[in-house]
Amino acid sequence: MVKKLAYWPIVAGVIFGVAAPLLAKFGNPGNMGMCAACFLRDISGALGFHSAAIVQYIRPEIIGLILGAFVSSFLFKEFKPRAGSAPLARFFLGVFAMIGALVFLGCPWRMFLRLSAGDWTALAGLAGLIVGILMGIYFFKKGFSLGRNRPAHPLVGYMMPLFGVILLALLLWGMYGEATPVKFSTKGPGSMYAPLMISLGVGLLLGFVFQKSRFCTIAAVRDTVLLKETHILQGLVAFVLFAFITNMLLGQFHAGFEKQPIAHNDALWNFLGMVLSGLALTLVGGCPGRQLVLSGEGDSDAGVFIMGLLVGAGVAHNFALASSPAGIGANAPFMVFAGLIFCIVLGVFAKERR
Amino acid sequence: METIDVRGLSCPSPVLEVKQAMDRGVKSLKVLADCGTATENVTRFARNANYSVDVKTLDDGTTEFTLNAQ
Repeated sequence: MVKKLAYWPIVAGVIFGVAAPLLAKFGNPGNMGMCAACFLRDISGALGFHSAAIVQYIRPEIIGLILGAFVSSFLFKEFKPRAGSAPLARFFLGVFAMIGALVFLGCPWRMFLRLSAGDWTALAGLAGLIVGILMGIYFFKKGFSLGRNRPAHPLVGYMMPLFGVILLALLLWGMYGEATPVKFSTKGPGSMYAPLMISLGVGLLLGFVFQKSRFCTIAAVRDTVLLKETHILQGLVAFVLFAFITNMLLGQFHAGFEKQPIAHNDALWNFLGMVLSGLALTLVGGCPGRQLVLSGEGDSDAGVFIMGLLVGAGVAHNFALASSPAGIGANAPFMVFAGLIFCIVLGVFAKERR
Repeated sequence: METIDVRGLSCPSPVLEVKQAMDRGVKSLKVLADCGTATENVTRFARNANYSVDVKTLDDGTTEFTLNAQ
């Protein structure tokens, strides 16, 4: 199946695999050098959309991903303002993708980072992710589609990059300003972060290489199963391998099921949380990180999905759905099933009119 | 020759539509795509499936592929 080495995905995977554990070394939370879901959740909290005091910070990595992809898409003439493919369906897929991720405690990126550091509780999450993707593939084979986008005015395409710039301004206001409405954690994961310039720089670099390489954890599995194509999977393997090596070198590899950083060992809900997330992400077309990159290259529907993730984080913390190292939230089981039903109904009935 | 218009579709629909046409036994097809990812995916998939790939960029920025089984 490996007919040709996938140059750009492997380059992206190697850089990401080295950079993410280093970010944790420089101050980001354990096994959370980079996590699109957790970091958007922290941003949601910093903006006051939820009041979980331990997870509030405007993560420069997210800003960097959007802006890095924006720059890359401009240089390679791939910046294409587009909009109009079932935005509200994508919004709610974002809400449920975030809820599933926060039941598991991480997006697919962090799931692989947890595995690369010996956190075996993430194995149930990996199984869930694969099952979710397989369910999504089934719907695609049966004709699932959210419909077409249309070319849009350039201003529409600039909105997410502009949103990134505004987040940067709010971050600086929160850090250095007085009487700031921006909330930053003083303890817990939200209070743990690498120096701003390092976080922003790594985010920009990754946004650039992810745009160029189309790196995506969902596509890695999906294309291998659906198309017998390992192009993106090669990048994912490089990512996990180099994250493992870097974690070993930094002394951050601790194998086991117990006392893993910001993780719980409830295998059933680690599994089901990731089934929900994996299915929602497959239906929308890519993992949260990939959607951030797409939003930077002018895809306004991907931007709507990101807004869904931000709102989903608020819902998850306001309604006791998000897990903690102590276990799952009180209302998580109901919402995971509600989310699965939403995704399955959408998967069965949403088809493009021809 | 069959024409498949995948403009505006998000992944994996563009390449999946091409695959399904090939699976139906279509030996010669024209594909219209409008984003870099779909363009790369279609090219790679068609080459791996032993189709020749001719690429032309139209005035409105659309990429037009002509794929022929070899």
